[in-house]
Amino acid sequence: MGKRIMIDPITRIEGHLRIEVEVENGKVKDAWSSGQMFRGIEIMLQGRDPRDAHHFVQRSCGVCTYIHALSSVRAVEAACKIEIPENAQIIRNLLHGAQYQHDHIVHFYHLHALDWVDIVNGLTADPVKTAKLSEATGGRRGTAEYFLEVQTKLKTFVNSGQLGPFNNGYWGHPAYELPPEANLMASAHYLEAIKLQAKAARMHAIFGGKNPHPQSLVVGGVTSVGDLTPERINEFVGIWKETKAFVDEVYIPDLLAVASFYKDWAAIGGNNKTYLCYGEFPQKGVNDDLLYPSGILMGDLNPKAVDTGLITEDVTRAWYEKGPARHPFEGETKPIKGEPKYNTNAQYSWLKAPRYDGKSAEVGPLARNLVAYTSGQPQVKALVDHVLKTLGVGTEALFSTLGRTAARGIETVVIGNAMEGWIEKLKSNIASGNKKTYQKWEMPDKGKGFGLNDVPRGALGHWIEIEDKKIKNYQYVVPSTWNLGPSDGKKTERSCGKFPHRHTHCRSQKTS
Amino acid sequence: MAASGYQAEKSLHDAVKKYRGKFVCIVEGAIATKYNGAYGKVADRTFLAIAKDIVPKAAAVIAIGSCAAYGGVASAKPNPGGYKGLGDALGIKPINIPGCPPNPLNLLATIVKYLNKEKIELDSNGRPMFAYGDSVHDKCPRLKFYEEGKFVTEFGSKEAEMGYCLSEMGCKGPVTYNNCPTAKYNDATSFPIQAGHPCIGCSEPNFWDNMTPFYEK
Repeated sequence: MGKRIMIDPITRIEGHLRIEVEVENGKVKDAWSSGQMFRGIEIMLQGRDPRDAHHFVQRSCGVCTYIHALSSVRAVEAACKIEIPENAQIIRNLLHGAQYQHDHIVHFYHLHALDWVDIVNGLTADPVKTAKLSEATGGRRGTAEYFLEVQTKLKTFVNSGQLGPFNNGYWGHPAYELPPEANLMASAHYLEAIKLQAKAARMHAIFGGKNPHPQSLVVGGVTSVGDLTPERINEFVGIWKETKAFVDEVYIPDLLAVASFYKDWAAIGGNNKTYLCYGEFPQKGVNDDLLYPSGILMGDLNPKAVDTGLITEDVTRAWYEKGPARHPFEGETKPIKGEPKYNTNAQYSWLKAPRYDGKSAEVGPLARNLVAYTSGQPQVKALVDHVLKTLGVGTEALFSTLGRTAARGIETVVIGNAMEGWIEKLKSNIASGNKKTYQKWEMPDKGKGFGLNDVPRGALGHWIEIEDKKIKNYQYVVPSTWNLGPSDGKKTERSCGKFPHRHTHCRSQKTS
Repeated sequence: MAASGYQAEKSLHDAVKKYRGKFVCIVEGAIATKYNGAYGKVADRTFLAIAKDIVPKAAAVIAIGSCAAYGGVASAKPNPGGYKGLGDALGIKPINIPGCPPNPLNLLATIVKYLNKEKIELDSNGRPMFAYGDSVHDKCPRLKFYEEGKFVTEFGSKEAEMGYCLSEMGCKGPVTYNNCPTAKYNDATSFPIQAGHPCIGCSEPNFWDNMTPFYEK
């Protein structure tokens, strides 16, 4: 029997996650993932007006803001057979693209980076050498004076004794591999990214009123017709340009620079070779021509069509009343009576265990980009090949923590670039006199529908049944339950089952 | 924060110990109370136990966001977890900065006023009057259209494009107290009504039940 280590709370996520690992001979032998909070939004929705659902579900997460609202309006629109106008589709895509840019920048720097970057070690760096390194990355250059300024600021902060969010970190741990100059460069960019993300969030505010929780989606379209002016669109374009420049000139070069020092992580963090992607960013008709195609890889590199009828959620190992694994249309959310007890041999999480045809699956940037790559999506293929070549690793490196991290950067570029074409289409529609952003509709007595989505953390689906014009049932299967759900009744190998010896691997997946 | 697990918890315990009676405690999120708070835990302690332990040791307490202030979405009917706002859960009167999300400017201003030892006048819901004294309707840029009887009756319409009043679309501005029309969000870029969507009353207690259906008057 190995040693059991509990990590609770997992930080640099949104939500309440506990990870327990069993370590034997310096390797993780087994692991358990436990969601430690339950609210019950699916229960709250029963009996309510379907038009209100997207407001409730958006509050599932403030970091992954917007995307639940998007899935929700899609589900209700499917149930009520509503086709939204093209401008509404474009604006929704722009809001989603902005979310990807914002979210992935924040993830890389403020959630993930401290697993790779030793901020305190950066204080020993030579600013002149750091400037040379920043030039060598091919990204945005920083002068020696600039890096000295950042270093001095950080030194003052650290010497004050109050380290704030850096307090009690793992500084000096042997698992950190970056030289001091790379640490200082990354630390400087961490600080730049804090400022940049606040600005990037304004893209949501322009067409959505605010971020987090933009408030301009409605069943039938969007409300922000008043923001389709040249001034407002130019404001959006300006921020998109600045954000895209940061991605191209800072985020990606940093990602490649850091990855080059951690190449052993190209062989760590594999899974059961099942990758699920619903696809996203419809570019022609309402659901056609997805920028990122839909598909599932099951043990090989031949993507198959996704059949949502094969999705079930198992509750055997979660704190819900016993029952069979159910498809979301028949889904139930019934917490057990009494105080839930954590027992890794019985029930140990609030997360249900989603399965596709009985198998656990990984969702997220790696799944998305693998499906796109193997489907021949040209922008993704070109960028993946470029990254592999730059790092001098083969395609097998993709199936790892490194691959996952690189995939996140790759899609930020691909999606960011695509936003330009969507803006041009919106402008050209407006110029030709088409400002339609909403389709009038009537609530049917009954309806059933689902809204699929692929959001920064992965494949997302919302399922709704309407009866007597009210919500009869509502279930959503979210990325974090795919990636971080517990075991099931059949002891299927869990998607996140292979953990490396450093627990911080799980930073590569964020929970909500 | 950089640390996780017990290292993260240590930062909390050390700070509470070192600055006992001197720190400002800011609480985010609602507090589960059913089954003694068992539906919400950090480091194997319930949110309720953590709050009961730390909050009394603070010099001042701020509840940030509608969940911490009044229970928020977690407490919407039927409230499976027995979620409550901080004040209700502990029987205390914190400064409440509600909103879903709350405007960070209101939190910042409250902290600055506190540090400057200014008197912060609160309304009957514990909210600073300087931010929550006016209703959204009072300061709405569309107020003149309301008074002229010019209303939006369909999203995406000509009236919507002209920015007419959203009262007929379910706007809860008249019964919602917050400074959204003046402070706005994200460096004063916009706020929901400006984006063409009615106010949903997100700074009010129990708005998920009292202001729904959001699209009905």
